[in-house]
Amino acid sequence: MDGLILTFFTLLKILAVVVPLILCVAYLTLMERKVIGYMHVRIGPNRVGFKGLGQPFADVFKLLLKEVIVPTNASRFLFLTAPILSLAPAFAAWAVIPFAEGWQVADVNAGLLYVLAMTSLGVYGVIIAGWASNSKYAFLGAMRSAAQIVAYEIAMGFALIGVLMMAGSLNLGDIVRAQSGGIFNWYFFPLLPLAIVYFISGVAETNRAPFDVAEGESEIVAGFHVDYSGMAFALFFLAEYANMILIAALAAIMFLGGWLSPIDGFGDGVHWFLIKTASLLFIFIWLRATFPRYRYDQIMRLGWKVFIPVTIVWIAVVAFAIYFEVGPWFSTVRSGGI
Amino acid sequence: MTGQISKYIKSFTLWELLKGMSLTGRYFMSSSITIQYPEEKTPQSNRFRGLHALRRYANGEERCIACKLCEAVCPALAITIDSDQREDGTRRTTRYDIDLFKCIFCGFCEEACPVDSIVETRIFEYHFENRGEQIMTKDKLLAIGDKYETQIAADRAADSAFR
Repeated sequence: MDGLILTFFTLLKILAVVVPLILCVAYLTLMERKVIGYMHVRIGPNRVGFKGLGQPFADVFKLLLKEVIVPTNASRFLFLTAPILSLAPAFAAWAVIPFAEGWQVADVNAGLLYVLAMTSLGVYGVIIAGWASNSKYAFLGAMRSAAQIVAYEIAMGFALIGVLMMAGSLNLGDIVRAQSGGIFNWYFFPLLPLAIVYFISGVAETNRAPFDVAEGESEIVAGFHVDYSGMAFALFFLAEYANMILIAALAAIMFLGGWLSPIDGFGDGVHWFLIKTASLLFIFIWLRATFPRYRYDQIMRLGWKVFIPVTIVWIAVVAFAIYFEVGPWFSTVRSGGI
Repeated sequence: MTGQISKYIKSFTLWELLKGMSLTGRYFMSSSITIQYPEEKTPQSNRFRGLHALRRYANGEERCIACKLCEAVCPALAITIDSDQREDGTRRTTRYDIDLFKCIFCGFCEEACPVDSIVETRIFEYHFENRGEQIMTKDKLLAIGDKYETQIAADRAADSAFR
């Protein structure tokens, strides 16, 4: 009986995370179109509902009502599994995200490893989609995406190692608590290079502009999802945006102090987490509106020859600083946080 | 050497990227120039070259004298005219067709017309639902001319100094 109640409450918690998340994804698409519109001196969609607020629902219903076309030569099972494979990890990773003190579905001690594992799984959806479509463009897109995600995952992992060394924990809640004590204790300052590398790698990891060569409309039509239509396409879309929000949320937790207020102990709470995540998402969109797509070899060069060396060097710097208890930030780390 | 170093500093501080982002950021703040089309419209010139019309004199007599200058000048060969003598002995068109799919709205017909009969109006929002409707016959053109005569006359008057 207790197990049943526990299961029920866990399910409720999952719903309480997933439903707002799907809504956020829907409105992120609207926000993206609006923000890019304003940066183009346009106004973006404003016809459906009040000021265009109904636009995401119009899009969703349009895609729901469309036919899911399976190409004749496609591997039918894998073709239909791929969107689910890319969506499920993007949502599953949210299980360990702490929205506020104690607000998380599962308080996992190795939460960071779990998140890294889940974000890495997402690439299988892309690869399988590209392979199962049995089309050259889709396959090229999948190959590009695979190589790119492998390259940037390493830089991303290294960037997070710095955070782990500072916080001394893999538990996301503990990482946030280790940053308490006002805005200057957030890891954004001591780990600035890592924070920037992490965010840029996150942009690359989610295949967003300017690293969206997996789609590359001008070169390979739409890359891995060129043969998808209707709801199957919508699932890829959902996964991409859920991943975007996830990367932004993780960056907020790792480097911007999660739910903590910039002023110590003054109004901590979920709103700070949401504000930080939303600002990072705005930067995601801002990047897309600003930069043209990287050439593929430039992406590889940036990932392997710039980000990985930079992160390794900065990890070494952080390690030395922690060992010799340097400066305002590293002196308290060894004695167990502030 | 110093050039190399400053290049490294520039790329590691993301200077160029931040410059680009500040530009888009400024445009984000600036107000949009969008015209909400069906509700708002951009101003039109009195020389606007839209849908054609055939005009009449104030006494109701059609202006066209079937001189066929418009047919001759039309670069797209969109105008087809047949003419005959009316009972009162004047030369009139029996057929005046403009194929709007051929027409390129250059306005040469209007310039060529010695009696200001064929004109291009400000109408640009129209559509066809069936094949064949794009042929503007004499009746249709005269009807448009009758309906919009005040606007057409005002536009010609405003432009008369430049003709």
